[in-house]
Amino acid sequence: MMTTRLRWPVLGLMVAASAVAIASPSAPEELRGDRAEAAVGRAGGQQPTSPTQPTPPQRTAVEVTLTGEGGAQTRLAVPDLIALSNDQETQDAARVIGEVLWNDLNYEREFYLIPRDTYKTIPSAASMDTVPFDRWRELGADGVVSGIVQRAASGVRVELRLYSVRARQSVFGREYTGSVANPRLYAHTFSDELHLSQRNLRGVARTKLAFSSDRNREAVIATVEKREVKEVYIADYDGANPRRITINRTLNITPAWSPDGRSIAYTSYRSGLPDVLISNIFAGTMENPTKGVGQNFLPVFSPDGSRIAFMSSRDGNPEIYVVNRDGSNLVRLTNNAATESTPTWSPSGTQLAFTSDRSGTPQVYTVNADGSGLRRLTSESYADRATWSPAPYNEIAFAARTGPGFDIKIYNIASGETRQITFGEGTNESPAWSPNGRHLAFMSTRAGRSQIFTVDRDGRNLRQITRDGNNWTPHWSQ
Amino acid sequence: MRRDSRALVVMVLLLTMGGAACGSKAKPPVARPQPPASVADNSPPPKPPAPPQPIAEQPISVPPIPADELSGRSIDDLNRDSPLKPMFFALDSAEVSGEGQQILQANAAVLRKYPNMQVTIEGHCDERGTAEYNLALGERRAVAARNYLVSLGIAADRVKTVSYGKEFPFDAGHDDAAWANNRRAHFVITAK
Repeated sequence: MMTTRLRWPVLGLMVAASAVAIASPSAPEELRGDRAEAAVGRAGGQQPTSPTQPTPPQRTAVEVTLTGEGGAQTRLAVPDLIALSNDQETQDAARVIGEVLWNDLNYEREFYLIPRDTYKTIPSAASMDTVPFDRWRELGADGVVSGIVQRAASGVRVELRLYSVRARQSVFGREYTGSVANPRLYAHTFSDELHLSQRNLRGVARTKLAFSSDRNREAVIATVEKREVKEVYIADYDGANPRRITINRTLNITPAWSPDGRSIAYTSYRSGLPDVLISNIFAGTMENPTKGVGQNFLPVFSPDGSRIAFMSSRDGNPEIYVVNRDGSNLVRLTNNAATESTPTWSPSGTQLAFTSDRSGTPQVYTVNADGSGLRRLTSESYADRATWSPAPYNEIAFAARTGPGFDIKIYNIASGETRQITFGEGTNESPAWSPNGRHLAFMSTRAGRSQIFTVDRDGRNLRQITRDGNNWTPHWSQ
Repeated sequence: MRRDSRALVVMVLLLTMGGAACGSKAKPPVARPQPPASVADNSPPPKPPAPPQPIAEQPISVPPIPADELSGRSIDDLNRDSPLKPMFFALDSAEVSGEGQQILQANAAVLRKYPNMQVTIEGHCDERGTAEYNLALGERRAVAARNYLVSLGIAADRVKTVSYGKEFPFDAGHDDAAWANNRRAHFVITAK
């Protein structure tokens, strides 16, 4: 019904482009929701069955880049979508998609998002060809995102368009069909595609956070002391859709995503002793790359996913090791009487950063993946949990003791300078970069209990992600 | 004099750690060679006097737990009121202090008396370090305690270690006393 009512030639071309987009490997499986894994949702939007990287949809129409007037920041409005079906699910989806899309677009700070309550009085367009451009112009909007949600055989059909208020035409559009179970995903997908098309930016709206949590408030079995279980959870980057990954009623901490977003490595006390486990979260299987040898902690996947760096005391002292994911080719990277801990990979996989107290206090060092070229980076009273930012930023974030607690600091590798982005509100630990290097997730006690927050690399845009129980050691999916 | 004051510190420490649980028990008569009477009167019965030297040739220093008392208690009961006392560490440190040595010597005496006893030493840290680095620090603490026990002649295969970092604090408080209480090598009996 909707497709027969399309009006402008440019829109017709956009719909054709959208059809390509939907058939492309960038999003379809989650949106259809017809596989078991869609219940969990996929991190990063990579196609599980195809080894190829996700590609932006081919475009059969020229898409116009929307800019602000006179070089000012582009001002966008995102009103509620229009529900073309009367059932509650569709109505709810229309509302949720508008709210979430506003938040997603606001998060990257590429656009100025006009607060939604300022356009409550602008009438919803009954159909997409009746967008009240004059009213949007009055509000000072450069662009407005309008959309419709409609019942479809497979669940729901969502059509979203970015209009130029000045040109009074669509500059970007997408159409999705799929399950109505998680309407937020349509907003996330459109936000990522809009950022890519309009700003050549890889947004994080479809990424996920992994962390450990005591929110289930279960007690560890078979100990005399009262000890609370910690399990690994994942959630959308904004904290929605939390899912429990481990269920073994013991400690499961320090999770780390595989680059393809299909596996999570973590420190688990499942066997009674700490060991590295990998949960393949869609396949429902587990791996133990360290084969139960020694006590092993703090795993992190190499950028190509083939290797895992971790800390182990197997030779009597905490040292950094690297092993292939299948357990072969174990290499000991450090050999020192001091404590080595908390490894992380450089984006290229040629170097690692880790913590060592060989100077007397824990400090961050870097070393080549073959063990050569050791270099001390930090001179803090105590520094730990380095996280190496992806390109184009050449930075390492870490937690530094700044008083009774810790704050997040960022070391610029090129300049050798360190800047601080949190300032003594509670303790702030365990930073982890977003895949586009623009944001950090970290644990903070600033709101009372331990919770996950995100903040931009300039220290702005602080957001609390978790609220349930205590939550620790976040890690951001690619 | 110096020796005595140190012994007093140990006694007070042992008393504060285990005193409440032991208070109701009948005290077997203990003949102690040296300590002042007031300390001996107040000390809990299962504690060894923990003389730092000589270790092997002092049967009188073995804790006065009858063997059948041990066998009559479940492992959980033993761990609730353990004859093995925790030893404590300084901030950011995995070094066994002088007091720590005395506690480990006392624990070694218990392990010698009950040769079937097997233990796991848990390394714990306070909340002032990071979660990640504390996993390594807890590991070092547990290993340091184990190494000292082994140096006293305890068979290495009777003592396992595990680091819990700051994941399982004993005291949920956020002050010096809580932190001190959480920086420990904690002994869990796994077999008797």
